[in-house]
Amino acid sequence: MSETRYKTLRDVPAEEYLLPGSPECAGCGAQLVLRIFLKALGGDAVLVNAAGCLTLLNVYPYTPLKLNWMYTAFASAPAGAQGIRDALDILIEKGKITPKEDLKVVTFTGDGAAYDIGLHAASGAIARGLDFYYLVYDNEAYSNTGFQTSGATPFATSTKTSQPTTLNPIGHEGVKKDLFEIWRSHKPPYIATIAPSHIVDMLRKIERALKYRGPKLFIAFSPCPPGWGSDTSETVRISKLAVETGVWPLKEAIYGEVRHTFIPKVLKPVEEYLKTQERYKHLFHPRRQEKVIKTIQENINQYWQKVREKEKLE
Amino acid sequence: MREVEMMTGNTAAAWAARLADVDYIPAFPITPQTEIIETLAKWIGEGLMKAKLVQFESEHSMLTAAGTASLAGARVFTASSSQGLLYGFEMLYSISGWRAPLVLVNVSRGVAAPLTLEPDHNDVLSARDSGFIQLHAENCQDVLDLILLAYRVSEDKRVRLPSIVNMDGFYLSFTREPVRIPSKEIVGEFLPPYTPTLPFCPSRPVVKGASVLSGSLYTYFKHNMHESMIRASEVIDEASRHFEELTGRPHKPVEGFYLDDAEYVLVMSNSFTTIGKKAVLRLREKGVPAGLVKLVMLRPFPAAQLARLLKNRRAVAVFDQNLSLGLGGIIYSEVAGALYNERKRPETLISVIGGLGGKYITMEEFEYIFNLLQHPEKIEPGKPVFLFRKDELRAVENTIKLAGVV
Ligand code: SF4
Repeated sequence: MSETRYKTLRDVPAEEYLLPGSPECAGCGAQLVLRIFLKALGGDAVLVNAAGCLTLLNVYPYTPLKLNWMYTAFASAPAGAQGIRDALDILIEKGKITPKEDLKVVTFTGDGAAYDIGLHAASGAIARGLDFYYLVYDNEAYSNTGFQTSGATPFATSTKTSQPTTLNPIGHEGVKKDLFEIWRSHKPPYIATIAPSHIVDMLRKIERALKYRGPKLFIAFSPCPPGWGSDTSETVRISKLAVETGVWPLKEAIYGEVRHTFIPKVLKPVEEYLKTQERYKHLFHPRRQEKVIKTIQENINQYWQKVREKEKLE
Repeated sequence: MREVEMMTGNTAAAWAARLADVDYIPAFPITPQTEIIETLAKWIGEGLMKAKLVQFESEHSMLTAAGTASLAGARVFTASSSQGLLYGFEMLYSISGWRAPLVLVNVSRGVAAPLTLEPDHNDVLSARDSGFIQLHAENCQDVLDLILLAYRVSEDKRVRLPSIVNMDGFYLSFTREPVRIPSKEIVGEFLPPYTPTLPFCPSRPVVKGASVLSGSLYTYFKHNMHESMIRASEVIDEASRHFEELTGRPHKPVEGFYLDDAEYVLVMSNSFTTIGKKAVLRLREKGVPAGLVKLVMLRPFPAAQLARLLKNRRAVAVFDQNLSLGLGGIIYSEVAGALYNERKRPETLISVIGGLGGKYITMEEFEYIFNLLQHPEKIEPGKPVFLFRKDELRAVENTIKLAGVV
């Protein structure tokens, strides 16, 4: 790959745009992702937010952010980004503001907005070729309202609306939507998955995305201690396990061409990952649900087998 | 370009946006509004105006972009109608709360179900509590003038609230009337450039749309908006005086017609007012002291002006082209509220409902309303009178019969 300024953790920029003093939970993966993301993006930006946990970063009259923020509504953050981008463009064109006053426009939402209620607006923005970044903090449920199932909730997860019972011991019976592929079908210049355990990988991806005009997506693995029933000190370890067990592939697609930025040599068994979180406890207690665990493992194996075959061909 | 042109209400709306030199037009098609955005798209394409028109995937997105662009410093024009306005409804409250002073034209159309295309005012009146100023047009000239007026008032620092300018679908949107187009110079003098309040900026970041999470803060900001809305009344008066000086056309928030010695007064708004006025003239010929009050401004609600104009009258009827199911006419209740504390309020206040889904109202029907005002004992007080003629009922029954419905 091309030259990068990010080789090791020592290259993480010192500049902070998200300062201490936010009201988010301890160990919040989403907040960690945002902090690192902004370091690579820079402060000349406006974050356009939809309803979610991180909306509460800004509770009047305080903010922990050192950059512009616009809260829109649950369903339409990408459209809000379009309004700002278009306004800046036409105002520069008409000479009403100078190019120095230009900003990068970043939609920043959780998975509820990105996978469900705001997917329509995102699709429209991509189709119009809007020059924007979209950072999704994917905690795989509606966390802000107390952890209900979303379009991003994986199979067999226990949420407040998919609690395992004797009638349905599995928990959530649906599958996680593939947002990466949904976006990829629109052929935007850049899409990537990122994880807070793989910071250099994340920084490099943002660095690459900066070169492209058009829609740029980042789906960030975002452990949520209260929702996932994980320890607040385990966020980064869980993220690492998600990558090493193959649950969370790290990849990017440039104009639709997919490349995995990390291919685990051997996949750790998915159990190691599942066991770190209460939301999967029902798969092991009071009885081990062998069939369900096997289904999860097989799905992961199949995914990576296809990836390896493709790599070999190339 | 001639000074007076024949044009539809939709074209007049597009002209106003062009004259206001708007920067940004987020759009989404819906009948009967579509001609506005088509006209603007054509003009931009031909280089006749310098603005960016972007077509969205829904009115909800369109209104979101309208609001954020306005906060970013663009003068924004947008338009919708009926189902579209309701689809984007959530954003109306956001836009006003953001204090984004954009102008939205609503081309009135009845709300489904049943699905229909022709106008009534349930769509626009559903937005009455949202924090948008509302100005309602009687004719195509009003459409153009009121949009210019709306920009001036909305952007005024004492107000900083968005506006809806309403015109009736079909009766204005697709009807050609003579419209005077003010010159660029006149509009330039009337409408100063838009200067946004603390727009997004790299060196001085701002937070917009933050949550408050406390009833006291919420009330504080809502009351603040309410005060700005009340202030809009004076600002509109001031702006219309200036507009009249420049163009010779007066636009009052509440207009009286043959009011001087009127004992029987009809209160109404929008395009049917033209027919209502004809009825007043005819009754005057017959010696009946009839008059009419036209509501141009529905928000802020001109309660004091109304009370002043309606006190000491013998009987007043409020014509509502809308229906709050289970209550009756929306504006009737508001007029009644405005009159309650006026000691010399009219003894009789009648509610009349008509024109739903664009159903035509004849001059005779307006005369009938004045007849009721002279003989209020014929009806039950407080109960709305529905205008529905026998021949119309027969036509409905015939339609159903012809289709073979038992
Ligand atoms: S609930 Fe989860 S996503 Fe929300 S702030 Fe807490 S840790 Fe972060």
